[in-house]
Amino acid sequence: MRQSSIIDIISPIMAGPSSSHTAGAVRLGLLAKNIYNAKTEKVIFKLYNSYASTGKGHGTDKGLLAGFLGLSVDDSRIKHIFDTEDAKNLNYEFEFLQDFNRHPNSVDFVFEGDMNMSISGNSVGAGEIEITKINDFSVKLSGKYNTLLLVYNDKPGVISKVTGIIQNDKVNIASLHCDRSGKGKDASMCLCVDGELSKPVIEEINKLDDMYMVRYIKKLEN
Amino acid sequence: MDQDISTFRQLYYVCKEQNKKIYEAAIDYEVSQGEYSEYQIRLQAQNSLNAMKNAIKEGLKSTEPSPSKMSGDDCDKLQKRFKKEKSILGKTAEKIMTYALATSEQNLRMGTIVACPTAGSCGIVPSALIAYAEDYNISESEQINALITAGEVGKLVANKMALAGAVGGCQAECGVASAMASAAVTQMRGGNIKQIINAVALALKNIMGLTCDPVCGLVEIPCVKRNPFLAIHAITASELAMADIISKIPIDEVVDALEQTGALMSPLLKESSQGGLAKTKTAIALEKIF
Ligand code: SF4
Repeated sequence: MRQSSIIDIISPIMAGPSSSHTAGAVRLGLLAKNIYNAKTEKVIFKLYNSYASTGKGHGTDKGLLAGFLGLSVDDSRIKHIFDTEDAKNLNYEFEFLQDFNRHPNSVDFVFEGDMNMSISGNSVGAGEIEITKINDFSVKLSGKYNTLLLVYNDKPGVISKVTGIIQNDKVNIASLHCDRSGKGKDASMCLCVDGELSKPVIEEINKLDDMYMVRYIKKLEN
Repeated sequence: MDQDISTFRQLYYVCKEQNKKIYEAAIDYEVSQGEYSEYQIRLQAQNSLNAMKNAIKEGLKSTEPSPSKMSGDDCDKLQKRFKKEKSILGKTAEKIMTYALATSEQNLRMGTIVACPTAGSCGIVPSALIAYAEDYNISESEQINALITAGEVGKLVANKMALAGAVGGCQAECGVASAMASAAVTQMRGGNIKQIINAVALALKNIMGLTCDPVCGLVEIPCVKRNPFLAIHAITASELAMADIISKIPIDEVVDALEQTGALMSPLLKESSQGGLAKTKTAIALEKIF
């Protein structure tokens, strides 16, 4: 595990009142927006457990929406996000649910629009978050690293092709997480890198056979 | 190869051997780890310090209630009281208490604060640090050094236990914040390495077992009022340490005990709102309102 830094302890600068329920919610919204990265017709935010029961008092609903609309955790507009133009132009709904199989602070983003997608994530404490699922795939995204997220048809050699392209560009891979729905079926890959992936590298990967979705998700700034 | 600094003992020896202040050793070590530069660390500290000052400024003038309407005017009440009658603890203590409430109430209003280390405990480090700095003419760069010292203290505790009420109870949030604040103040008033580390040990020993039982599951009761208490607590630790009073239990062992106490604490008392204050008759009645 990465040791924490002094910087983690004396930050984030954030809109209150709770790092897990407010700042974490904003970060989850931001990551979900970057993963979906398409035109939305409707977003349903499904809040679970403590996110559902204490979310209102902690502004979790506001945080999720604000993050989805691209605000960062220290933005003073979070408090009044429901009244902003961006929010008024968006078709969204909140559902408040209880499910003991889910993390105490968890959320699903259900997107309808250019494509349908569901993204699940948890707020794991002190503002730290994780995206755990996209549609039926398990993924691993914390927002701490620049991450390449791929959904593709599972065939021998795809992983080595992708990592080969990245290594040719002299970028170090910090971690790799793969999942698939079955042999020869759809698969997902989350590749965290130290440093930056260049546009040509991402395009080259995009051109590989049977890539359905390629997203380069930048690490969260704060 | 730089020496590892993951315990207070290691920190102490690096400071002694290399004749460094805590913030210097801490910065050098992080830079050697390769993730951040000295510039980045100092810049974050400066930005955080400014955000802390801003939160105090905003909080001092506001009486806007929190979304639950359970709080929001305590800082105002305290200021009015001190205008009429001085605190028996003196002017700086008055400031510390009001600044701590100002910050915590800003947090509830969804105002901008610094989670240092957490949002629930956001009033403790800034109130002690900034009130002292104002009253004793401490330069901005020295305030930044003090905040980095506090950050290093939080980080070394975080190496052993998560700074989250759900994991370690409020010891891990307001308790650790108080220890961080005592280090910051002791640093600014010219305490030596030993005195700073003892202030931390003394502060932590006195918050052992502090539970996390927020009413209605909100970071509000008892969190807000806990901030001025634990900010003053930090000053007590600093005063004792400046008199060369030593914690008989060495700091790293205190941290181990803190971690163990957190692990032994019932889950009912760790942010689940299923015990303690959260299950009092009044709290249950309040739950029905929300
Ligand atoms: S009581 Fe719990 S929620 Fe409140 S400040 Fe302490 S640890 Fe945080």
